Amino acid sequence: MKIAVCLKQVPDTEAEIKWDIPKGALNRESMDSITNPFDEFALEEALLTKENYDGEIVAITMGPDKAADVLRNALALTVDSVYQCTDPAFAGSDTFATASVLAAAIKKVGDVDVVFFGKQSTDGNTGVVGAEVAAILGFSQLTYVSKVRSIDAAAKKIVVERAIEGGNEVIEAKLPAVVSVIKGINEPRLPNLMGIRKAGKIEIPKWTAGDLGVDAGKVGAAGSSTKVVEIAVPPPRGAGEILAGEVDDIVNTLTDKLIDLKVIK
Amino acid sequence: MANDVWVYIEHKNGGVSPMSFELLGIGKELAAGFGSNVCAFVIGDKVDDLAKEAFAYGASKVFAVEGNVFKGFRGEAYAKAASFLLEKYKPEAALFRGTSQGVDVSAAAAANLGFGLCTDSIGLAIDGGKLKMTRAAFGGNYTVSVVNEKAVPQITTVRPKAFAMPVKDASKSGEVVKESFALAEADLNTKVIEFITSATMVNLVEADIIVPGGRGVGSDEGFKVLKEFADVLGGALGASRAAVDSGWIPYEHQVGQTGKTVKPKIYVACGISGAIQHLAGMRTSDCIVAINKDPDAPIFKAASFGIVGDYKQVVPKLIEKFKTKLNK
Repeated sequence: MKIAVCLKQVPDTEAEIKWDIPKGALNRESMDSITNPFDEFALEEALLTKENYDGEIVAITMGPDKAADVLRNALALTVDSVYQCTDPAFAGSDTFATASVLAAAIKKVGDVDVVFFGKQSTDGNTGVVGAEVAAILGFSQLTYVSKVRSIDAAAKKIVVERAIEGGNEVIEAKLPAVVSVIKGINEPRLPNLMGIRKAGKIEIPKWTAGDLGVDAGKVGAAGSSTKVVEIAVPPPRGAGEILAGEVDDIVNTLTDKLIDLKVIK
Repeated sequence: MANDVWVYIEHKNGGVSPMSFELLGIGKELAAGFGSNVCAFVIGDKVDDLAKEAFAYGASKVFAVEGNVFKGFRGEAYAKAASFLLEKYKPEAALFRGTSQGVDVSAAAAANLGFGLCTDSIGLAIDGGKLKMTRAAFGGNYTVSVVNEKAVPQITTVRPKAFAMPVKDASKSGEVVKESFALAEADLNTKVIEFITSATMVNLVEADIIVPGGRGVGSDEGFKVLKEFADVLGGALGASRAAVDSGWIPYEHQVGQTGKTVKPKIYVACGISGAIQHLAGMRTSDCIVAINKDPDAPIFKAASFGIVGDYKQVVPKLIEKFKTKLNK
């Protein structure tokens, strides 16, 4: 079975945000970065799939030079190969342009049975790139996956559970499929020192727009139809009120205030 | 009309809640700005009842695709039908709720049409004759507004409860335009085998009242107290990441950057310090109450009402007081 996993480098969730205001984008080079926390579950699911069914894992990322770090981390966890889609032409891509690049990379890898994504990134937070990749490639689109029940590469079939409003939906789908996973589907493992050392020495293969056969005019800031027109600081919440005094009085006051909102029945 | 505003009506086997029609309210406002109409579009095996409801909530026209293959929600089939309708009629904008169904259908439909979409909008306005979509970014410390220049229609998912519910008027009616869209079972990659309904499953996104607990709750026992409080208020139990990672409560309750984004009318944070990752998921709530021992906890800066104190002492008293005042 050929397993692909798409990983994104995101700013450390603790890091200070630095904007590139004219471009309406993040200044990613100047911020501390981590692997998108949701993608750690996707990577672990790829590793578990390989252990359960045999096969090979290809990890793919799109991003500037330092995004290679997320692939080194994947190599330290023993994925079989990695590709970094990197080209100045990719900078400023919206979700669809990003999905187009990743879809081209998955196509170039060839014969992929299942592609794992994290549910969303913690920076863009859109949660739609996986679904867009599925639509572009014509793969089955399986989102919010909380459990992979079985994968049968020979019969080209996968059965998953999706955690959605009201319960779990069990879906059988044809392979190839894009599977985006939620937090908690597994317990991501950590790389060991030996793995990290080995990974540090591996040359990361890079794919440019030309390598991928992607029209440079259709990706990046120039090719993205979504344009940022304004970045603003939201109006502050109105000053709150600290209720002080004896507990019984405070509780009485708060109860009245909340009942006055006419929401509680 | 080419500059109409379309609203996708989500349903499950024909079942809807008033929230399914939520976006007809903002849709109507935007349509007024464009000098056009707000239309609903609906896909299913039988759509007449849904159409009737959509008119009551303000739709001036309903576009529908009907067929046996659409019995029971299936993202793949619904997205194909949605992109067919949107491509044929080319409205100005198409709004979807930011639920699992709304995201699945809108993302695939946009990609089928060859462009991207905006997600989780909390502000919608008209700017230079185009729809301007505003969303929160980076823990809600910033808002980013975008225009999807080339997209026809501009597609966005909208944060549930970000806009007021439209007023229902059952006397309203209108024209239902049914389009035939042939889709065979054999054309589809996915099949729903079963749905396992969870009795304990929470629907935080739709909840009007949420009582979440954080690290300060200290144990799974503590969450039993919060559950009782949530039940008295008729609300849902939530949690911060710290509480989920401690194993006191399942992940489906988590609010924040790696959990759900919510916008309830009342949010009573108990023992939650208010890290930016948590605030990202709840800061647009209407009324935030913070109960925390630490007077310097950042949650108080976001709170409408704050109580500096131990939830163990405060919450049981609140439960009693609400029971008395609500005659429960």
